[in-house]
Amino acid sequence: MKTKVFENAAAALFDLRDGISVMSGGFGLCGIPENSIQEIRRQGIRNIHAISNNIGNSGRGLAWLLKQKQICSATCSYVGGNPDLEQQMLAGEIDVTLVPQGTFSERIRAAGMGIRGFYTPAGYGTLVAEGKEAREFDLPCILELPLVADFAIIKAEKGDPFGNLWFKETARNFSPLMAMAGKITVVEVEQLVELGEIEPENVHLPGVFVQRIYQGVDYENVIEIPVLAED
Amino acid sequence: MSDQPNPWTNLEMVDEVIAMLADGSSLNLGIGIPTLVAQRIPASKNVWIHSENGVLGVSGRPTRETVSPTLINAGKETISVKPGASYFDSATSFGMIRGGHIDVCILGGMQVDTEGSLANWMIPGKKVTGMGGAMDLVHGAKKIIVMLTHFAKSGEVKLLHRCTLPLTGKNVVHRIITDYGIFSPMGETFRVEKLAPGVTRDLLGPEAGMWT
Repeated sequence: MKTKVFENAAAALFDLRDGISVMSGGFGLCGIPENSIQEIRRQGIRNIHAISNNIGNSGRGLAWLLKQKQICSATCSYVGGNPDLEQQMLAGEIDVTLVPQGTFSERIRAAGMGIRGFYTPAGYGTLVAEGKEAREFDLPCILELPLVADFAIIKAEKGDPFGNLWFKETARNFSPLMAMAGKITVVEVEQLVELGEIEPENVHLPGVFVQRIYQGVDYENVIEIPVLAED
Repeated sequence: MSDQPNPWTNLEMVDEVIAMLADGSSLNLGIGIPTLVAQRIPASKNVWIHSENGVLGVSGRPTRETVSPTLINAGKETISVKPGASYFDSATSFGMIRGGHIDVCILGGMQVDTEGSLANWMIPGKKVTGMGGAMDLVHGAKKIIVMLTHFAKSGEVKLLHRCTLPLTGKNVVHRIITDYGIFSPMGETFRVEKLAPGVTRDLLGPEAGMWT
């Protein structure tokens, strides 16, 4: 029987190559696919087109790949807090496309949902609108197109062998959208559970969008900016 | 009583914003000073704080026991949530904003002008932070409030006739809170809604005719 379950990151990411586009879930370091990113670092593939809200942060996550100069272009919404990206951007070593975050998530959702384009007011009258079709509705809007990737690498708290996923707290962010948009979606989970263990009502992402899944290991789950009531 | 100008502190600015919020309203808080609103707002207001990374119902800070690496706000700081809170993906989160379901959005800014245009995401050749969710937020929420210090460290006023930095949004801001007062963009002028203690109009900036 064909299975989606792989032994580990190395087994699940057996067909990476130079020049691929990779979408990576996570907001800052929250919910990032640590194992898959480390595996991409280990393989050392280059000229990656990275699509991720922050492209790593605070020297971690996709910043591990930035440090090794594995990423040639970045599509993201926010650079602040990511000195590796800012340095390479100002040095002209990496091609950065900044996309408003709501447009970014909707473009990814559109790719997964088969929507060929949509109009949004975000960015109208700014640098973001340059070269884009504008159209007047109740507000002036600009046309935005879907954002696809060869691979989507995401992390979930729980997943089953079909690829049904459940995310914890705000770790969900872009991950289910990217899972829908990736041509090959590779999921790592904190807990690989039996079919049926995630109740149908509680499935955040149906498994049909997932091609490969594996049990992750050794999660750091770093808290980027701890702020406590006691402080 | 002294006649010396006594600009508001960040916390006093936050309290001025909180006074503007209707009971039961939903609001999004930007990174920086606006984040303090979540910590200062009385529970009796029963507001629903939205953070665009995918949570509605933010409520202050966690304790050492409850802190979670998967529960953060848009500034990547750890948070807690109140009963009735919900989590969702980023497309749904921005759908709440773009679809007009969030009442108030409070953002930081580098510059804001009399037309209600806001600049807060880049200084050409010097600094690029990215727009994050700001370009979506300014077109979605029913009311856009900008909080910023009145003057830059260099001494230049941040409330201008026209922004000189690349815009985040054009004609989008409804109300501005600085340490010097509260202002509304009116097209060619700012209407002065309130001034901090001891602050007079001649202290607001070099262009005297800009304040009405």
